[in-house]
Amino acid sequence: MSVATAPRGASAEEGGRVHALLHVVGAIVRFVLTILVTLLGLVAVTFLIGRVVPIDPVLAIVGDRAPQSVYLRVREELGLDLPLIQQFWLYLKNVLAGDFGRSVLTTNPVLTDIAHFFPATIELATMGTLIGTLLGIPLGVFAAVRSGSLLDQIVRVVGLIGYSVPIFWLGLMALLLFYAKLDWVSGPGRLDISYDYIVTPVTGSILVDSLMQGQFAVFRNAFSHIILPASLLGYFSLAYISRMTRSFMLNELSQEYIVAARVKGISEARVIWRHALRNAAVPLVTVVVLSYAGLLEGSVLTETVFAWPGIGLYLTNSLQNADMNAVLGATLTIGVTFVGLNILSDVLYRLLDPRTR
Amino acid sequence: MADTSTAQNRPGLKAWLLAAEPGSRLQARLGRFYVSWRAFLGNPLAVIGLVIVVALLICAAFADLLATHSPYIGGNLRTERLLPPDSEFWLGTDDQARDIYSRIVYGSRLTLLVVILVSVIATPIGLAIGTISGYFGSWVDVVLMRLTDIFLAFPRLVLALAFVAALGPGIENAIIAIAITAWPPYARIARAETLTIRNSEFIQAVRLQGGSSARIIVKHVVPLCLSSVIVRVTLDMAGIILTAAGLGFLGLGAQPPLPEWGAMIAAGRRFLIDQWWVAAMPGIAIFVVSLGFNLLGDGLRDVLDPKAAK
Repeated sequence: MSVATAPRGASAEEGGRVHALLHVVGAIVRFVLTILVTLLGLVAVTFLIGRVVPIDPVLAIVGDRAPQSVYLRVREELGLDLPLIQQFWLYLKNVLAGDFGRSVLTTNPVLTDIAHFFPATIELATMGTLIGTLLGIPLGVFAAVRSGSLLDQIVRVVGLIGYSVPIFWLGLMALLLFYAKLDWVSGPGRLDISYDYIVTPVTGSILVDSLMQGQFAVFRNAFSHIILPASLLGYFSLAYISRMTRSFMLNELSQEYIVAARVKGISEARVIWRHALRNAAVPLVTVVVLSYAGLLEGSVLTETVFAWPGIGLYLTNSLQNADMNAVLGATLTIGVTFVGLNILSDVLYRLLDPRTR
Repeated sequence: MADTSTAQNRPGLKAWLLAAEPGSRLQARLGRFYVSWRAFLGNPLAVIGLVIVVALLICAAFADLLATHSPYIGGNLRTERLLPPDSEFWLGTDDQARDIYSRIVYGSRLTLLVVILVSVIATPIGLAIGTISGYFGSWVDVVLMRLTDIFLAFPRLVLALAFVAALGPGIENAIIAIAITAWPPYARIARAETLTIRNSEFIQAVRLQGGSSARIIVKHVVPLCLSSVIVRVTLDMAGIILTAAGLGFLGLGAQPPLPEWGAMIAAGRRFLIDQWWVAAMPGIAIFVVSLGFNLLGDGLRDVLDPKAAK
């Protein structure tokens, strides 16, 4: 009896383990599949947008005086005589190989342009998120701790204004006040012309590069350029982060473990910053990542206002010149980054919160 | 507002509205509406939002009466260009000697048009996709929700920009582009609501009576999803206004000489440093109106969707 049951019990345990493993693998496979389908969908959307453009891409290349034979040959070379699904397949292959075509405006391959412009956007969005996080989390914590106080009301109003004000208008007003009238900061652009080409680009961030190469004058100039647009983006990120921090903290502060901590005689500051905030930190990390993704969108208008040479400015310039390859390449890049950040926030949440395991 | 005053004057009406056992469906509906209305009035910020939105409606309806000048035809180009605000031109004039105040007043029509059309186009799409997805489940759900995720995967403004680039600039195309990017959250909400009621007993009862899926969705599921979707649409209206203004600012929305607020800011950008009011005034209008929609949406959410308010 006992001889017979022992191996059966072991195999059941083993089977359970295999089952759990299969479950995890299945979840991962499903997760990866979801991402792949979403990315494929992104490419399909940009492809379809590119196909509904009323501009004839063949005419744009050969001109309207070309003979019919040339027109047809170019049309064939571009693959436009193929069925739509085959065209999509070609487009997909090109995109996967990093070939978005050439920009009409800059005459460079779109990928080269994007590699050139994207670091500026990253630098700006990172500065904005830093400002928004460093100010937004403490503000949100204080608003939650003194719920209903004047500070809470102020945080609420700051949030409401952030959700209601047009970012490009606020940018223009900030330029008017801090650049034109008060002269506290430098104007549009990333650097003054006289500071161009001093720093060799390594990381793509002028702030980091100039510090690493000891060019403090360049750093000071770059900082005076970035501080205004970054504060603007930071304000919008702050509006979001402080609101979410407040609601997470209110949630934590009403939990029983907080009462227990207080009963034990732990100081209020410790209860708030070490106990409550620590538990609110996990969802906050995802909020910060999501706000970073949101700033990618905000940067399109901000870069236009501040003539900041990032992907947003590249996108709007291409739009105004009907440069579709560049528009779709930039849209796809922003979309993929957006998806990537969303996945990152998802994964971080699962990694940081033991309850989701 | 008339409701409250009559209710206070005649306690009979109030009692009728608040009757614990309403005699008719109409009485029950009016009673519920009355309770929500009183709750709404108890929130001063929401009332401010409502006042702003009503003011926008009045402004758009009576633009002819409220405007002091023509929004299109400028004054004397030699003497009346880029004037600062004064008693003749309340908010100053722009580079074509047009009265900025009158242009903002007429611009309210465009703002309202965009908001209404986008909600009218996007809400049914979101409701249809969400309820169908939630009701049928299985592969229908998977396909439709993947589609929704793909649209959510782009930042809204960027996707709208790409669509406008393809369709060509103009206010109609801007409206279509914003509507295409606006529906996914509504579909998500409608699906979630549908999932909670899909297996409830009253739905089973209709099914047993032989009600078709279409009938169940249209007559029984959609009405129950409506309030949370409406709250979300109202909360989104500020975002719609800001996106439309952003497109106008980039020259992809309403085209000149239409007095669209975003396009007016773009035109005033050239004179920002010396004639700041040209760019500043339309921006204040956008800010006030989207603030109004945000406050109204918050208030409506507290009343109609108390679960989400927390």
